[in-house]
Amino acid sequence: MADQAHAQVETLALREQFDTPEQQKETSTLGMWIFLITEVMFFGGLFLVYTIYRNVYPTVFGRASTSLNATIGAVNTAVLLCSSFTMVLAVRSAQLGKRKALVIFLILTMLLGLMFLGVKAYEWNEKFVEHHVPGTHFHFEGVAEQGPAQLFFSLYFAMTGLHALHMVVGVGILSWLLYHAVRGRFTAEYMTPVDIAGLYWHFVDIIWIFLFPLLYLIDRHMNLP
Amino acid sequence: MNEHVDSVKTYTVVWLILLALTAITTTVAYVDLGAFSVVVALLIAAIKMLLVALFFMHMRYSTKLTRLAAAGAFLWLFIMMAFTLADVWTRGLVGTLGR
Repeated sequence: MADQAHAQVETLALREQFDTPEQQKETSTLGMWIFLITEVMFFGGLFLVYTIYRNVYPTVFGRASTSLNATIGAVNTAVLLCSSFTMVLAVRSAQLGKRKALVIFLILTMLLGLMFLGVKAYEWNEKFVEHHVPGTHFHFEGVAEQGPAQLFFSLYFAMTGLHALHMVVGVGILSWLLYHAVRGRFTAEYMTPVDIAGLYWHFVDIIWIFLFPLLYLIDRHMNLP
Repeated sequence: MNEHVDSVKTYTVVWLILLALTAITTTVAYVDLGAFSVVVALLIAAIKMLLVALFFMHMRYSTKLTRLAAAGAFLWLFIMMAFTLADVWTRGLVGTLGR
């Protein structure tokens, strides 16, 4: 018990390797950005493969892309943007030391994140029903070449799946924050974990901001039958 | 430590612009702009990314070091994309040695 109390004080204090609290905070922020850059490369590889194969099979990819539900995609984008809005308000509440507001906004962000995942699960389920999941039962109607169509849906599942995995991790981080926020661990002087988690959450939002038009929208104008 | 705290109003305006841009990009996708459809979609996505990074991720108040690191992401991404596509898209333009 005494150890726990001690550990609690420790996180609030300035660690000995830093000169100032500003430097300590800046180190955390920069560290998070460096991690996010590695994430850009991680997702970037998938975006690159998608770009290449979309160029090789423009018609099949166009048909497959148009078969996705753009309205659901747009609604889900809005849900995610709302979650970023509540997240930034959570960070703001932490900056101002408003504990109750922080708890409320963290819960709202979690709920919106889970709503996004719920809609995503509904969409994935639709793909199973329509036999649009790559594998032995795959069938995409209207195109002669099933291979490239499978390739589109493989990339669709890989990209949205990796993004959803990041959302699940994000919700996990939010529940950790919530646990400590309820216990009053964060103050206006020390709220680095909330700030850093915010950076991660917004980054995952940015990934979706690119996934949505690239997967759902860019082939709509062709009006493929 | 947190010398910069934006107002709720600022965040609300940014959030509403983001929602509006989502509606615009979805609507514009059905208009036939030919090859420019991709350009417009990516342009709107880039604007949304900047809004999120500058306001929600507090990039406006970041130190130069953090900004440099973040901008570095685009450099690495550019190298990966440009060099790979320069290979893939030019295959067949020149004969392959030994073939």
